[in-house]
Amino acid sequence: MSAAVIVGVLAAGGTYLILQRGIVRIALGFVLLGHAATTLLIAAGGVGTRAVPFAGAGADAADPLPQAFALTAIVIAFGITAFLLALAFRSRDVQGDDDLEDGR
Amino acid sequence: MSELLILVLAVPLTAGATGVLLRHRRRLQRALAWVTLGGVVAISLLLVGATSDGSTLTVDVGGFPAGLAIVLGVDALSALLLTIGSTMTLVGVVFAAASGEDDHPLFLPLVLLLWSGVALAFVTADLFNLFVAFEVMLVASYVLLTLRGGGAQVRAGVLYVGTNLLASTAFLLGVGLVYGRLGTVNLAAVSTAVPDDPAALAGMGVLLVAVVAKASLVPLHGWLPRAYVHASPTVTAIFSALLTKAGVYVLYRLTSTFLHDVDGFLPAMLVVAAVTMVVGVLGAVGGGDMRGILTFHMVSQVGYLVLPLGVWTRGAVAAGLFYLLQYVAVKGALFLSAAAVIRSEGTDRLDRLGGLLRTRPWLGVAFLLPALALAGIPPTSGFLGKYLLIRTAFEAQAYVAGATAVGVSLLTLLSMIKIFNGAFWGDRPGADADGRAPTGTPVGTTARRVLVGMPLGIGVAALVLGPAAAPLLDVVGAAADALLDPTAYLTAVAR
Repeated sequence: MSAAVIVGVLAAGGTYLILQRGIVRIALGFVLLGHAATTLLIAAGGVGTRAVPFAGAGADAADPLPQAFALTAIVIAFGITAFLLALAFRSRDVQGDDDLEDGR
Repeated sequence: MSELLILVLAVPLTAGATGVLLRHRRRLQRALAWVTLGGVVAISLLLVGATSDGSTLTVDVGGFPAGLAIVLGVDALSALLLTIGSTMTLVGVVFAAASGEDDHPLFLPLVLLLWSGVALAFVTADLFNLFVAFEVMLVASYVLLTLRGGGAQVRAGVLYVGTNLLASTAFLLGVGLVYGRLGTVNLAAVSTAVPDDPAALAGMGVLLVAVVAKASLVPLHGWLPRAYVHASPTVTAIFSALLTKAGVYVLYRLTSTFLHDVDGFLPAMLVVAAVTMVVGVLGAVGGGDMRGILTFHMVSQVGYLVLPLGVWTRGAVAAGLFYLLQYVAVKGALFLSAAAVIRSEGTDRLDRLGGLLRTRPWLGVAFLLPALALAGIPPTSGFLGKYLLIRTAFEAQAYVAGATAVGVSLLTLLSMIKIFNGAFWGDRPGADADGRAPTGTPVGTTARRVLVGMPLGIGVAALVLGPAAAPLLDVVGAAADALLDPTAYLTAVAR
């Protein structure tokens, strides 16, 4: 239940931010959406069992696969956030701010 | 033999990384990229030969135990797409050398990275790995699109990155939902379990929305024409051969493995295909520059490519694959001829061009041949592909979609004539209102021959492929058999 609430709040905040015009806000929106997706992946493996998998794993060992998924997704989201921020920086260079004008 | 299939993505990935190190040794970097892509074409052809009997080659990356191993599998569909994709990438980088676009030290490494992602998407049999493949391919394309770094590129870049990132997030959410329900993301396991499980099917639907956005089907097509025209010309040509085709491939794969069993999917696909054709071509008819028209045609043509998914008979799927293979080459040739015009004339706006046929007759032919193939004029390969697509649609009583395909062909021809009239026919307009006439930069003789020769060669190939299509039709027929009965593929990739 708590995982569902976290995903919902993160997705709502992210959706609000990516609808803004500033590139930095859009980037932050995608950070929140990425966290929502990561939380959902972790929740998909079950949040009840949390012990270390593989190393002397007992019955309550966590499912390792969603954790691997989440790690991969975090790394990718981090890289793309960096790229979006670079775009915002470049936008400030070429047009003075990071606001997306109504282009053609 | 099956170990070969990992080379089509591992070698370009390594070569791309090496290319970054070699960014100050340009000739070496170029040689590395060309040899790598040439090798990938050769391996892909070997894979086509090995899978033409309906077999599937698989490899477990890293040798992890079942359930954890990432499975890669190649059947005839994957092998054919690897072949045409790598060939067009090779054509693109050779063309970029002539047009000077590979001067940027990161251009060739990024193209190799882009190809690795596309190749992984074509061979993976695991939904999460498919997400990774899409990301590798998109990250490379984000940077390639914005490589020139002007204001237009930044705006187009944010639109392109934003749309695709949103689609990727939806894809990831879909993967999470499917995993939460089924405890696996292996394509074989998912395909057997999903049709009987409404909750998993809903997760798959979220994932499918993302795939539809990446294939740029209506209503999720708006980003493509707005973003692609701002990339540098050769980059647009390479994108057109690779990016949306990865989405189309996934749609073919998922339809083959289980979606054709889902109630209502086939009729929905027919509607989407017909609407996509119409919306794309109407945008194209209204365009005012060569690449603007051609990018809207990409949307329209994706409609033709997914038409067989709504019909789903052997004939229709074979026709769709034949059409896909020749279309990737033909569309690449059109973008390359537009790139050659931009390189020598400084613009591709139709109101500033004219009379090119008089000064550059071979360039005119290099545009005309693929343009006729795109519109489907006999005896080109495009005619044969469209004829087979439309005939099989009518045979399956999909009359409205079939008739739409016929009508859209006429409008396609109209927009091709518009480009030909605007750029190649008539007289060149003088200086425009503010007194500037666009000028290109001088091109050396060898470079000029390459710039015209590459689209011309593909155009001639499309002309010859029409009457001489029998061998290729056999190959796509075998691929269609494997798609209609996916048991062999599913057994091979099941873990």
